[in-house]
Amino acid sequence: MSKMTLKTEGDTHVVVTRRFAAPPEALYRAHTEPELIRKWLLGPEGWTMPVCISDARPGGKIRYEWTNSKGGGFHLTGEYRELEPYGRIVHVERMHLPNPTPDNHVETRFDPDGGGTLMTMRMTLPDAQTRAGMLASNMEHGMEASYVRLEGMI
Amino acid sequence: MSNLDAAFSALADPTRRAILARLAKGEATVTELAAPFEVTQPAISQHLRVLEEAGLIARRVDGTKRPRRLVKAGIDAMDQWLAIFRKALERDYDRLDEVLASMEPDKKERKRDEQDDA
Repeated sequence: MSKMTLKTEGDTHVVVTRRFAAPPEALYRAHTEPELIRKWLLGPEGWTMPVCISDARPGGKIRYEWTNSKGGGFHLTGEYRELEPYGRIVHVERMHLPNPTPDNHVETRFDPDGGGTLMTMRMTLPDAQTRAGMLASNMEHGMEASYVRLEGMI
Repeated sequence: MSNLDAAFSALADPTRRAILARLAKGEATVTELAAPFEVTQPAISQHLRVLEEAGLIARRVDGTKRPRRLVKAGIDAMDQWLAIFRKALERDYDRLDEVLASMEPDKKERKRDEQDDA
């Protein structure tokens, strides 16, 4: 099953697409309402999001804090820039590892697709190096779970 | 496999990942590589040694300089970051499928309530 596509575009973009069997309104809510966000935006198994702040209005703050049972943790902060219910969200985010990473500008679109939704998330990093760093910082989060998978891949 | 282990321990350090990210843009000298970091040049040299032993970077002799560059395995390692990112996202979106499925009944109920009110 390959519902998701992930590709780099030019030097500074990462574009993700994914189809969902739910209407754009549900996707929009699941991306903006804290009680829904914290159920799925967790990365590898074993992580939870004890703090989830999502003030979904232009200029509104975003703060996600993740933790695992081994005492690991990190957080992300950001701001909403544009919100067009239920089709489009533009926000800025940065990871704190613990130093903040350069801003990642993210545009997320939810387009009706048959009975469901096609989501397109376009990330824009300041430069190629930051993009590599962003992909790498994710590794920090996912590394343990990924060791085994990668060994299988190679 | 042991080289893969070495590559992954090499990648486990943020400074070394940053060095690789810099080398992804092209060859660089030790001085250039050390510039963005608040660590000593010997410390950077130590990181470079780890990366070299892991087969991620190589050096070239250019007069008194020893510029480093990324080797194929280093580039592949970067690709793997993308693969790891993909895995994390796929997991998130599989969970989101479940969240969306659990939202549906609420919506139907809400519609039914509205009808009841009417």
